[in-house]
Amino acid sequence: MSDFSNTTIAAISTALSESGIGIIRISGPDAVLICSEICEDKDGGKVLDRMEAGQFRHCFVADGTEILDECIVLLYRAPHSYTGEDTVEIQCHGGIFLLKKVLALVIKRGAEMAAPGEFTRRAFLNGKMDLAQAEAVMDVISSRSESALRASRDQMSGRISEIIRGLRARILYETAYIESAIDDPEHYDLEGYDLHISEIVKQLKEDIKKLIISYDSGRNVKEGISTCIAGRPNSGKSSLLNLLTGVDRAIVSDIPGTTRDTIEEYVRLDDMLLRLTDTAGIRSTDDPIETIGTKKALDAASGADLVLFMIDASEYLDNDDLEIFTSIYDKKVIVILNKADKDIKISPADIYEHFRYCSDVKMAGMSQEDFLSKYPCIVMSVSEGQGLDELKSVISELFIGGKVQSSSDVVITGLRHKELLSSAYESLSNVLECIESGMETDIYTVDLMDAYRSLGQIIGEEVGDDLADEIFSKFCMGK
Amino acid sequence: MDLKCKGAEFNIDVAIVGAGHAGCEAALACSRLGLETVVFTVSVDSIALMPCNPNIGGSSKGHLVRELDALGGEMGKNIDKTFIQSKMLNTSKGPAVHSLRAQADKRDYSGSMRKVLEAQDHLTIKQAEVCELLWEEMPEDGRTGSYEKFVTGVKTQTGTVYHAKAVVLCTGVYLNSRCLTGESITYTGPNGLQAATHLSDSLRNAGVELRRFKTGTPARMDGKTIDFSKMEEQKGDEVIVPFSFSTDAATIQKEQVSCWLTHTNKNTHDIIRANLDRSPIYAGIIEGTGPRYCPSIEDKVVKFSEKESHQVFIEPEGLYTDEMYVDGMSSSLPEDVQLAMYRTVPGLENCKIVRNAYAIEYDCINAKCLYPHLEFKKIKGLFAGGQFNGSSGYEEAAAQGFVAGVNAAMEILGKEFLVLKRSESYIGVLIDDLVTKDNREPYRMMTSRAEYRLLLRQDNADLRLRKYGHRVGLVSDEVYEGVLEKRRLIDEEIERLKGIMLGASGDVCSYLESLGSSPLGTATSLAQLLCRPELDYDKLAPLDPDRPSLSKDVTEQVQIEIRYEGYIKRQEKQVREQERLEVKLIPDTIDYDDVPSLRIEARQHLKEFRPVSVGQASRISGVSPADISVLLVYLEKMNRQQD
Repeated sequence: MSDFSNTTIAAISTALSESGIGIIRISGPDAVLICSEICEDKDGGKVLDRMEAGQFRHCFVADGTEILDECIVLLYRAPHSYTGEDTVEIQCHGGIFLLKKVLALVIKRGAEMAAPGEFTRRAFLNGKMDLAQAEAVMDVISSRSESALRASRDQMSGRISEIIRGLRARILYETAYIESAIDDPEHYDLEGYDLHISEIVKQLKEDIKKLIISYDSGRNVKEGISTCIAGRPNSGKSSLLNLLTGVDRAIVSDIPGTTRDTIEEYVRLDDMLLRLTDTAGIRSTDDPIETIGTKKALDAASGADLVLFMIDASEYLDNDDLEIFTSIYDKKVIVILNKADKDIKISPADIYEHFRYCSDVKMAGMSQEDFLSKYPCIVMSVSEGQGLDELKSVISELFIGGKVQSSSDVVITGLRHKELLSSAYESLSNVLECIESGMETDIYTVDLMDAYRSLGQIIGEEVGDDLADEIFSKFCMGK
Repeated sequence: MDLKCKGAEFNIDVAIVGAGHAGCEAALACSRLGLETVVFTVSVDSIALMPCNPNIGGSSKGHLVRELDALGGEMGKNIDKTFIQSKMLNTSKGPAVHSLRAQADKRDYSGSMRKVLEAQDHLTIKQAEVCELLWEEMPEDGRTGSYEKFVTGVKTQTGTVYHAKAVVLCTGVYLNSRCLTGESITYTGPNGLQAATHLSDSLRNAGVELRRFKTGTPARMDGKTIDFSKMEEQKGDEVIVPFSFSTDAATIQKEQVSCWLTHTNKNTHDIIRANLDRSPIYAGIIEGTGPRYCPSIEDKVVKFSEKESHQVFIEPEGLYTDEMYVDGMSSSLPEDVQLAMYRTVPGLENCKIVRNAYAIEYDCINAKCLYPHLEFKKIKGLFAGGQFNGSSGYEEAAAQGFVAGVNAAMEILGKEFLVLKRSESYIGVLIDDLVTKDNREPYRMMTSRAEYRLLLRQDNADLRLRKYGHRVGLVSDEVYEGVLEKRRLIDEEIERLKGIMLGASGDVCSYLESLGSSPLGTATSLAQLLCRPELDYDKLAPLDPDRPSLSKDVTEQVQIEIRYEGYIKRQEKQVREQERLEVKLIPDTIDYDDVPSLRIEARQHLKEFRPVSVGQASRISGVSPADISVLLVYLEKMNRQQD
């Protein structure tokens, strides 16, 4: 672990929820330097350079030319801050996504992600806290980091840890081989090894890259499962959105095609968060505005993890329905037979008959029971609020039962994990650079072990005696 | 008048128990610091004996010897006087892992070290078995920290008492040792030497916990019965590099002997497998824990069953004898199996065994009971070094013996202990690992154990450690000033090379191209050019007409420090971060039961180890980062209460 030191740390200091304001706190010797680069006034001037300790200013947080948010920035100078170090706080607007983008920018500029409780640790180590307070906080910190550890373990149930372990094992094996060759040069030689390790490192980099990319989809799991309401115009999609959110968010009318754009809403459902996207009704149309909306809707549906497929049960199924189903059948789909208050013309059996030929033979051969368990059908009357409990329970069963997976099968969710993966990726890039520039084997073992260490931090494993154990178990040493 | 003697008594400063590689360094350190020192050995003929492999150095062990030399130890100088072949290993793998290894003439090595001891003022060599450690309970009112007892001296088998202010235990593998060759067991030390059978009980009475370790050695062959034409010759380096910073390389260039490489094969392995039930280890007769890194040939065959062949090196034991050491085939199989097994190896078909291979078991301690300055936590004035501490290898032993000896002297002289950091020496890593980690087998130094090894090169051991040797009084002012001057020259030259920019002129480019290096695009400093792998300091001479005249050891450092600057800086940054924990000391008086929120497991480990610093505590297995945070808070609180 690192003691309070010459590093600069950053973290989101407010609760990760949808609130009006979120605060990013940056503390350490480079806090002011890092923030002065990204906090600008409306003319692009550096706000912090003109500020004195204890002041606050309005500013824009910008990454080069792209403005991320309009903020208030506060400056504290050591030792007059919570941590006792130079500290900058940026008050942003409260969206989780936005806060993480600002945090990611600060980290890109040289800050490190703060470990759980690290601000507090620095605070008391710098003598900023009275003793009773420090003890109380320490109890919280130790329990918090334990739960953080537990959380990250739970979160990465099975697959991810397994993949990270796999990556680590490959790195460890190669490093142990190199070490054996160094410690016992007469038994193992490194002739032509640069070529061999280059290939392995390239493969490792690719695998890590995949995980890094999955971060964006992994976000869905943590920040709300991306859920799309799809269906023909006027099937009741916006009404469902309003029913779930309890707010008249979307404009609802009886005129088909009222919703021209996609609308996002967060809905808390038991323990899970849904990021609901209502879409323009999907149908073949000549109206140019509606066509754009339709395309967006299909895009939204194809990017979603869960699709609530609204069907007006008072009308017969048609080719538009089939087309929609064809574009979403590979997702988790819940079919909602809406307008149960009217004369119902479609039953779940019709859904089975109508849709099972949509794509491949495999589905055509599926029994009705299997089909309906894969694509649960709920009869609802959205306008009367009827069937909502059943929908909730089906969704929540899908979530809690873990049946909803994000788009790619393995995902990482934490920014900390992403940062660690990126740093492992960078270390491996250094290995290749080293080899290309003619550096010796021993030099790039430093980078290999750095990558190993970064990956280990993701699953909470330290290096310890791993290497020595690997050398002894895999390679037959000397005398 | 009563003429009857009651047994002799002597008053001395330090008693060193054992005259192996650890004992010799401890004895020399103490006596050179002016303390009256007696070194005890069961046989004066076995001073600095090399009962196993006939070489000094090798990967990471070469580093230890260099470091020991920089501190004022003797091993480097002694091997420079007595080697018969020398090799720098790993020359293509990066400067930090270059490692020197020399084959020794065993008899010469031992004899030469004995002469050094004999010539040393204040040092007495005594052939005697130390049977008893003498100690007293700390008076209740005089207790400080963890000490419960203090040593008062030792008693030999004849009943003679040596009153001493400090005792250094360097008993190697001699305590209650027994040697095993198949079913045959002898209760001796290595090479049939007398074992020390009394001291273990005395140590237990003093509260020292002992455990059993084992190690082994291969057979020695009569060289006249070996067919070297079936083996591959392994020659020494053409230019010999000395171990010691004070040895002039020009004086040690000489004719060298060769080693020989051969291999085991399927027949060898079949014989071993068929007779495993007669191996004392596999039959369960040996209870000691053996080292994984130095496996017997039967271990290799069992553990690495997929390997069809293992390398075997035939190495001369010295110029005085035909005996050859069979490196790679240590064993504890019965004699008849050994002979059959060795004779399957090409070149050994008609070999005659002079000395059988054997395994040896012995008493040693778990060094967790020692402070990093190698004194027992509970017994003031009692120090320990070498294999007794659970290590293996001559070099590891010598390094610890030196540190234990120096610190015994420091305690008597009332001076600051010598504790080297992990970030500044392999010796620091070695001792920290021994006293902190749960070692379940004899500990061998390896480069992979040093997390900051780019900083711990064998080429810069003098720059790293001369200052400590000087501080304790074992390195002269003159030598120390020489190192300061060297450091200054290196720094100046690096600055100079960074400041000289070369333009992309035709002359410069064509010279670079003639060396297979790409021409310059923009102005480039000489330092940047030095980073190109195809160039080196000497090759840049034509581009650098005004360079000062500098010695090779200075320009070598300049080149390494420039070329690996990025990596060196990274490791230095890691060191600084860890350092903040290392300098946070934990007072002796701490009561871990008083520390709130500490997990029970951590509490137990901390109580058992009594780490001296938060840094050391952080390396104890079973102590988590959260526990360290808790500990930091508690220490902060204690500090403030004292203020």
